[in-house]
Amino acid sequence: MITLNHYLIVSGMLFALGLAGVIARRNILIIYMCLEMMLSAANLTLVAFSRFRVVDGLPDYAAQSLVFFTITVAAAEVAVGLAIIVALYRAKQSVETESVTKLQG
Amino acid sequence: MPSILFYLFAAITLGFGLLVVTSHNPVTSALSLAASFVGLAALFLGLDAYFIGTIQILVYAGAVMVLFLFIIMLLDIKAEEGKKPNIPAAIGGIVLAVVMALQITTICSSFNMGNVQIKDAPLALTQAGESAKLPTIANDLKAGVLPDAKLMGLTLFQKYGFHLQVVGLLLLVGTVGVVVLSKREKGVKDA
Repeated sequence: MITLNHYLIVSGMLFALGLAGVIARRNILIIYMCLEMMLSAANLTLVAFSRFRVVDGLPDYAAQSLVFFTITVAAAEVAVGLAIIVALYRAKQSVETESVTKLQG
Repeated sequence: MPSILFYLFAAITLGFGLLVVTSHNPVTSALSLAASFVGLAALFLGLDAYFIGTIQILVYAGAVMVLFLFIIMLLDIKAEEGKKPNIPAAIGGIVLAVVMALQITTICSSFNMGNVQIKDAPLALTQAGESAKLPTIANDLKAGVLPDAKLMGLTLFQKYGFHLQVVGLLLLVGTVGVVVLSKREKGVKDA
């Protein structure tokens, strides 16, 4: 049967996948997608805990409100991040991390 | 949610997630991420979070992924063919991910509080309906339906009204920021 641990493990594996992508990939757009994946993994944890912690016969809606705020912030973050990527592409004609080495020293 | 559905949607989420990380073509990555988010939304629905599941599909799989695809096609990013992968970074990423997945699995297997099934934490809808103040929510609860969106709205506007306004301000600042960032500076030649 499915327990809370199942959800936590799925969430942890999704987070680990996103982390691997952020470290291993060079395309900034894909790094961004992996960041979104990590945020969603955290959301899954919150929703799972919310459902398994029953308050007054209902799921804990404080946790689900936090998920709502996370999704909103993530949407704003994506909009700004993609604008930065477009500005970067204009300056460098590339979206690879190797092309941005000005701060490397 | 029956176990088979849980495993199906978990497999969809993780499988397409793996495709996001491994695929060479950014368009494949973006579409796989959308599929992965749909699987995740199904997991949310299985956890009785209908509102969150719906906005996961609408906001993430809809709006955010369309924005990603739009940028990929606008910048005309080609698949990185013929390029060698960054071997040290790839090894580092895989090792870190495996270590982290193992760590989480180990912690979860000894986390006794996590050993509860959904039927061990049943929702008491009729009971909650007795104490619900709003008639529309009370009627739904007494009829044995979970009015998820109504309860979310109640929580957001009653308990987190200020936070909601701050998030609204954040979205406004984000919009202004995007306009400022994408505006071409005067005198700077676009290469």
